[in-house]
Amino acid sequence: MVMPVPPIAVDGLVKVYKTTTAVDGISFAIETGSITALLGGNGAGKTTTIATIMGLVSPTSGTVRVLGAEMPRQRHLVLHRMNFESPYVDMPMRLTVRQNLTVFGMLYGVDDLPARIRVIAEELDLTEFIDRPTGKLSAGQKTRVSLAKSLINQPEVLLLDEPTASLDPDTADWVRGRLERYRSERGTTILLASHNMAEVERMCERVIMLKRGRIEDDDTPQRLLARYGRETLEEVFLDIVRGRGETREAAQ
Amino acid sequence: MSAHATFSLRRVAAMVLRYWYLLRSSWPRILDLIYWPAVQMLMWGFLQLYVAQNSGFFAQAAGVFIGAVLLWDILFRGQLGFSISFLEEMYARNMGNLMMSPLRPSEFVAALMVMSIVRLAIGMIPVSLLAIAFFGFNVWAMGLALAVFFMNLILTSWAIGIFVAGLLLRNGLGAESLAWTFMFLFLPLTCVYYPVAVLPSWLQPVAWALPPTYVFEGMRALLIDHVFRGDLMLQAFALNAVFFGAAVLSFFMLLNSARRHGSLLQTGE
Repeated sequence: MVMPVPPIAVDGLVKVYKTTTAVDGISFAIETGSITALLGGNGAGKTTTIATIMGLVSPTSGTVRVLGAEMPRQRHLVLHRMNFESPYVDMPMRLTVRQNLTVFGMLYGVDDLPARIRVIAEELDLTEFIDRPTGKLSAGQKTRVSLAKSLINQPEVLLLDEPTASLDPDTADWVRGRLERYRSERGTTILLASHNMAEVERMCERVIMLKRGRIEDDDTPQRLLARYGRETLEEVFLDIVRGRGETREAAQ
Repeated sequence: MSAHATFSLRRVAAMVLRYWYLLRSSWPRILDLIYWPAVQMLMWGFLQLYVAQNSGFFAQAAGVFIGAVLLWDILFRGQLGFSISFLEEMYARNMGNLMMSPLRPSEFVAALMVMSIVRLAIGMIPVSLLAIAFFGFNVWAMGLALAVFFMNLILTSWAIGIFVAGLLLRNGLGAESLAWTFMFLFLPLTCVYYPVAVLPSWLQPVAWALPPTYVFEGMRALLIDHVFRGDLMLQAFALNAVFFGAAVLSFFMLLNSARRHGSLLQTGE
């Protein structure tokens, strides 16, 4: 029987910047249609791992494959089938929402773009301000525009970097709901970096914990809670980041 | 057309549209395209009038300064138009969106070239009309020679623009000042306002290694001696081919270096 190709497959990834090892030999594969969280403290290697998956950084050794294409060498074979969203990357502020979606829709080769923009504007409640400059919108509205850009090509793989950072709880909940609905409708594979543990607990079927460039743990949120004997994922995160997990396991 | 086509005109058009939307939304950006070329042309035009009144040679070589400043602006503004469009993406923190999109570097560069011509047209056409109105100097009367001068100058400006874009990708906005000042090195060396013979003999080979030198010499031959020097233009094209090839090669080397060093993640200072 032929095994299906995982949408994201990282094998023995090492990334060294001059003398600093940012990622130190990590391997994982992500199942189609799943939502996986990549967690870790500052400097754990999350950003470098995600950037390598996006093809922005070339590995020192090891391989990263997205939808079967080796990154960054073969990235142009698959970039139109993936997308990303991050609050740290802006949409051009002087362009209206419609102009931004038109430009990115053309870049991603979207067919019947006006119709697609109409549909996505309705799905993400952008219609009311679609002809306003993006820079004049509130933080929550801008996040919805970025989300619309990330879904414009109906991606099979979606990378999200702290998708609800700086949003009020109501808007953040709305964004999570839309992402979950989108995943269930389209079977999109989502890889998420977040510092919001409640978000991860709610949305993700799997959590990969990074520490000093290595995978410290990798399991479902429920099994991690059970293994660390904790009530919340935040406590598990603190155990791992502060090294209490190792102490606990040694004691057991 | 396949979504991962090697070169997609639709993606080039998307980027041109992006810059067009930006220009359209900001009247100071449009004014800036016309303001400085107009000031320069007026200043050199009046200087030319003054010198011509006091020198028989310059009275016969009418328009040589205005012609020089207009051609210099094609070179300088062509590169600036290319580089500013590129910098707009860094100022807007939009580079991540573009680098993650199917846009290929060659398509990005093609869009920047188109925009450099659009920006030049917005700035230079009104200024050339002002030159006719104020000084009776019609740069369009150069005809085919002007087209050849333009092609050579714009090729050099793109080569410099591509090289500077590579430096910006590799070094972030720390290299921004190069985008504004790099071309000024060409101002004394390419002999915009004087013949190459004026330079000391040891510096003349350096001047002849730069394609715009041939254009400015060619312009003086046309305006003073009324001769079109095709030989100079062919040499300029040959040198431009070398410059352009070297710029594209260095751009891709700098882009690959940026991927290795993680510079694409941080395009700030």
